[in-house]
Amino acid sequence: MGASGTALETSDSATSDSATSDPRAPESRTPASARRQRQAGQGSWWNGLPGLVYLVALVLLPLFIILVYSFLSRAKLGVGVKWQFTLTPYTELLYSESLSGGRSFDPTYLQIIANSFWYALITSVVCLVLAIPIAMWLATRPPERRTALVFAVTIPFWTSLLIRTYSFIIILNDNGPINGALRGIGLIDEPISMLYTPFATVVGLVYTFLPFMILPIYASAERFDFRLAEAAYDLGAGKWTVLRRVVLPSVRPGVIAGLVLVFIPALGSYLAPELLGGGKSSMIANVIAAQFGASRNWPFGAALSVLLLVITLLVLIIFAIVAKRASRAAGRGGWEALL
Amino acid sequence: MDASAPALSVRDVTKTFQTPEGGQVHALDSVSLDIADGSFMVLLGPSGCGKTTLLRCIAGLEAPDSGQIDLRGQRIDDMPVWRRRVNTVFQSYALFPHMTVAQNIAFGLQMDKVPSAAIKRKVEASLEMVHLSGLGSRKPSQLSGGQQQRVALARALAKEPEVLLLDEPLSALDLKLRRGMQSELKRLQRETSITFVLVTHDQDEAMAMGDQVAVFNAGRIVQVGEPREVYLRPNSRFVADFIGEANVLTGRLDTYGLVIESLGLVPRDRLLDGTLLPAGPVHVAVRPENVTLDRDPVGTAKVTDVSYVGGDIRVEVQTASLTIVSRVPSQRVAPPSIGDRVSVSFAVESLCVVAD
Repeated sequence: MGASGTALETSDSATSDSATSDPRAPESRTPASARRQRQAGQGSWWNGLPGLVYLVALVLLPLFIILVYSFLSRAKLGVGVKWQFTLTPYTELLYSESLSGGRSFDPTYLQIIANSFWYALITSVVCLVLAIPIAMWLATRPPERRTALVFAVTIPFWTSLLIRTYSFIIILNDNGPINGALRGIGLIDEPISMLYTPFATVVGLVYTFLPFMILPIYASAERFDFRLAEAAYDLGAGKWTVLRRVVLPSVRPGVIAGLVLVFIPALGSYLAPELLGGGKSSMIANVIAAQFGASRNWPFGAALSVLLLVITLLVLIIFAIVAKRASRAAGRGGWEALL
Repeated sequence: MDASAPALSVRDVTKTFQTPEGGQVHALDSVSLDIADGSFMVLLGPSGCGKTTLLRCIAGLEAPDSGQIDLRGQRIDDMPVWRRRVNTVFQSYALFPHMTVAQNIAFGLQMDKVPSAAIKRKVEASLEMVHLSGLGSRKPSQLSGGQQQRVALARALAKEPEVLLLDEPLSALDLKLRRGMQSELKRLQRETSITFVLVTHDQDEAMAMGDQVAVFNAGRIVQVGEPREVYLRPNSRFVADFIGEANVLTGRLDTYGLVIESLGLVPRDRLLDGTLLPAGPVHVAVRPENVTLDRDPVGTAKVTDVSYVGGDIRVEVQTASLTIVSRVPSQRVAPPSIGDRVSVSFAVESLCVVAD
């Protein structure tokens, strides 16, 4: 647009100015290489070094170790690996070996992956439905109150997720405040079992990830030009049409960012299904943890991790494709414009 | 509908805003205005005078505290925005950035449930009307400011509103483009015979475009009339000052005539409405082009500034107590120079007695 175009031109002319005026400057008599002026937006590659070290040491190296382990054999006592190449960890994903040595198809792990997908999907949708009105409400407050309200959204980050998840054990258990309140007003006689159900897992997941949906949508909504909504009303649109065809397409980048930030970590979440699901509604991360712990099968745990990684990458690619396609459809309106 | 009835009638509309400090601002103070069907009305005034608030009240984007607004005899001030047969061209254009130009124009028609074949036709016709044929598939961000302006215009006109409201539509354009768009808007208004209401703070623009001009000051309409009438016969010191340039002189009206300090006496019968005006102190407005300067070694005024304004020479002179501005076409006379002594005279018919 106009403003950014102008800014670009100014910086362009600024850089070309300095380029042409530099040789005439008195400093140019000293060797050019030593005195070279750094242009705006250009940094030395040294500046990237801490990030590079971090990436290699803490992301790429562990990933590489996991990848290698996933092709090795199980150690005798289950801790560590035996350095012998095998594909067993990957065949174990689909087949189980009976004691007699025969192989049969076993959908247990596929089921768990499907489960994880399902929980992550429900979590994303519930978070989206809750976050859009909250984010819009935040964005329409007077600017001086917005800062405090956004600050309030981040309050959960102040304590450990573990402690916050434990607190949901207290909230959801049979003698907890919810059951107590429902009994108090005489709505129920027997407590409703909520803890250690899939419901509790989803509640925990939604609670954990909601801020990650609210904040990016808020960031988009805050930049929304409410004069566009006025223009839509003026052209004869009712409230819902304005929301659907003008407001939501404008917060689309925030919605996409929110979905990625919620869906992907939710897919690999461990605490909520472990503590609130009671092990009955395991997700893939719980199974991975079990392989490195109780089950003592590191190569299989590594293979599951690799699988989760591949799935995550595929999901990201699908998100990118859908987002691109939807941005072309955005003008036509409709819910598909949201993605 | 009978042709003489106004398209839009505003009655005693008042709107008060709370300031952040807790005070109150009368954005509109009992404003009444009739706008004739098919006319081009310009609401003119300095910023913060309430002209945009009135426009927003008509559009329905702002609710008046009291008063009534009728569109072709039907009360609309209690109607929701989307039901009013009135459309707005916004100062910021407010084009939907995620839609193409054609989708922007189609949006309002879709709201009216126009069949899609007809929408397609109307979008084409609207684009042609504003000379943007072939740009329908562009996004607004790919257009220049002037082109965006035309899209905003096409989008509002495609709905064939009873009244088109324009909120400082040309303020973001550069001078040359603005001139072009002014005549373009007038052409569109003539061709569509839709009633246009345009808000501006630019008096040249108001004079150039309006069939009628309503001058606002501090939440009130101070004068309504044809541009020529408002220019030649301002009814107040504010209007005389705001529209064009004016020399406002203080004088006193007595039974014989008007006495202007250090300049002379004008008999009452030579003043417009001179016999009706009550005696007392008054202000008198004189346009610079009605001030004649003659070189005169014993003149009472001394030239203090000479400048070229378009094809005119603007000369400022200083008398014992006054600064007076004169304006003459530059070809007509050799310009005086600073320091020259001159005598000052006015055409009596051009004097205009104004309220304070």
